[in-house]
Amino acid sequence: MNEFLLFAVVPYLSMAIFFIVTIQRYRQRKFTYSSLSSQFLENKQHFWGSVPFHFGLLLTLAAHVGAFLLPSWVLTWNSVPWRLFLIEITGLALGILTLVGLINIVMRRLNNSKVRLVTTIGDWVVYGLLLIQVATGMGIAIFHGWGSSWFATSAAPWLWSLVTLQPDVSTMAAMPALVKMHVLNAFVLIGVFPFTRLVHVLVVPNHYIWRKTQVVLWNWDRKSIRNRG
Amino acid sequence: MDVRSQIAMVFHLDKCIGCHTCSISCKNIWTDRTGTEYMWWNNVETKPGTGYPTKWEDQLNYKGGWEVDGSDLKLKSTGKGRVIFDIFHSPTQPSMDDYYEPWTYDYQELFNAPEGDDQPVARPLSMVTGEPMEIEAGPNWDDDLGGSPIYAENDPNLEGLDPIERKQMFEIERLAFFYLPRICNHCMNPSCVASCPSGALYKRGEDGIVLLNQERCRAWRSCVSACPYKKTYYNWSTGKSEKCILCFPRLETGQAPACFHSCVGRIRYLGNVLYDADKIEEAALRPDLELVDAQYDLILDPNDPEVQAAAKENGIHDSVIDSARKSPVYRFTKEWKIALPLHVEFRTFPMLFYVPPLLPVMSKQTGDTVQIDNEDLFADIEKARTPISYLGKLFSAGNDGKVRYALRKQYAVRLLRRHLTVGDIDRETADRALNEAECTEREANAIYKLTSLASFKDRFVIPPMQREMAIEMIDDPHERRQAAGFGFTVGPKRS
Repeated sequence: MNEFLLFAVVPYLSMAIFFIVTIQRYRQRKFTYSSLSSQFLENKQHFWGSVPFHFGLLLTLAAHVGAFLLPSWVLTWNSVPWRLFLIEITGLALGILTLVGLINIVMRRLNNSKVRLVTTIGDWVVYGLLLIQVATGMGIAIFHGWGSSWFATSAAPWLWSLVTLQPDVSTMAAMPALVKMHVLNAFVLIGVFPFTRLVHVLVVPNHYIWRKTQVVLWNWDRKSIRNRG
Repeated sequence: MDVRSQIAMVFHLDKCIGCHTCSISCKNIWTDRTGTEYMWWNNVETKPGTGYPTKWEDQLNYKGGWEVDGSDLKLKSTGKGRVIFDIFHSPTQPSMDDYYEPWTYDYQELFNAPEGDDQPVARPLSMVTGEPMEIEAGPNWDDDLGGSPIYAENDPNLEGLDPIERKQMFEIERLAFFYLPRICNHCMNPSCVASCPSGALYKRGEDGIVLLNQERCRAWRSCVSACPYKKTYYNWSTGKSEKCILCFPRLETGQAPACFHSCVGRIRYLGNVLYDADKIEEAALRPDLELVDAQYDLILDPNDPEVQAAAKENGIHDSVIDSARKSPVYRFTKEWKIALPLHVEFRTFPMLFYVPPLLPVMSKQTGDTVQIDNEDLFADIEKARTPISYLGKLFSAGNDGKVRYALRKQYAVRLLRRHLTVGDIDRETADRALNEAECTEREANAIYKLTSLASFKDRFVIPPMQREMAIEMIDDPHERRQAAGFGFTVGPKRS
């Protein structure tokens, strides 16, 4: 029952908070929908924090999502030993990249008085949760190896059971404590996501890729004026 | 032909006395809030000098503006592919150190300090952290050539000047400087707009004013890097960029922008011009030396019936076309060609033009009269303390001929006025000067009038902004009759 609470109720709850609050915040407090960049206040250390952190985190996240969507593909890939080693090493390297970036970010925020000024309590909560997340993830990579394979056989079915609304927590219940912490913390992060600076992920400027170079806005419809004669 | 109307500006540098009244009126209205203290939407620089932010003209460092890449026009700082990699850390973004850390003083200390042996001092306090700070720089730290060995000699425009000329500029007897007031240029081809990943920046179709939607800005800061004039600023407190809005709330009610209105030297002119938006890209691809002409070519003659018809076709109101015909900007630029764009080689086509400064006058004086060399009327200009090639770097992308033309014309106008008012220059000399400067007496008089005698209404020809009409296009004014009270945009209904 305890496992059911942690791995079925909590995920649904955090997803519900995530969807309701992100939409509500976008509709009512659109002005706040961004990450408050502090590069203007400190330009040098910013690079060594932000860049490794973002690339490390995004690629790691992409790997997780990939393994969730295509578990059978991952298992096939891992059937050849050198490929398995490659994926393990890459995962660990990306983890280190993320952790180094995150530590640099936190140190910069602590040490620079101007940057500290624009750091809110919400930011510290986010950094704390992210540190736990990355640290447990690294721990799993080191102490519970071959994660890409057992993710595909244990975690992916559980996640799919949640998606299909037939929660089956049996595979998660058998997991070591470190893994349980990692998973639980992930859903806490998703739950706090809409209240924090993390929402900037949702407004990545993808339309820049296909929009026209210049933006000209008209207050009146030129065609209708023309038609009026 | 896609005819559009744009509010354009002229600053007459010969008349600027560097009093900073424009900067102060702007600051008091728009940028006295937290996070904006360091911003000067209007600032006045001393030239030669490094300006604000420091060395903003050095695009090898800041990568602002456009560049020609084969047959394409590309942003120097970003692009559709690069934005993905640069989004986590903008490599070309200036930081607060490049501007300055704003401060105030601990004035209370002067009153509240306990009795002691020393006079109390008001210590500078940072307006960011509130802590005591060491002042290292300010927005016009090199005002009037202050600290010229560090500042003025590092002016990027001095590069390419021959070493002798360069050295002479800083000899104490020859020392010369002039002021360069700068606001957002509301460019025809704005690189800030083109760089904004969120599409928060836009150019208003009706009047060309470049604005930034605070609700859409997501703090990617691309505009700060992309603007070669560094006239978009990042508010570190709200996480939004801000910029000069050309006081559009004032313009829409028929008033001149605050910096224009308050200008003591009356150096500022404002009026709309008609231009052809279809040809902008083609013009921006022309080589450096042709860019001034290319920009002049974009501006259309508002008296041409064909242009008028095309403008009407595009929904431009008769009153706006009429206003373009009276525009002082059109006269200074297209007609007289004495106002030039600042750093047109950035290829944004700034809509703020500068009349290059003629000062200081280098006439020879014997007794009480001024001597004019009869052989070459314009020797003074060539021998001026501020070399033409320096002005050419600023105002014509190195095409010195454009600056020379503007200076000669102004000089000829002076000689004519000297002849008419003081009389120590004879008619023949004045006529010859006009002839050589390709200026008719009629034109010279018009230049004299608009430069020296222009009233408020002559200097600021503000087109009717047609807001009432615009609102009626979007919303039917009768739509909400008897349906919504004050403060409601949706009728007060339950279902």
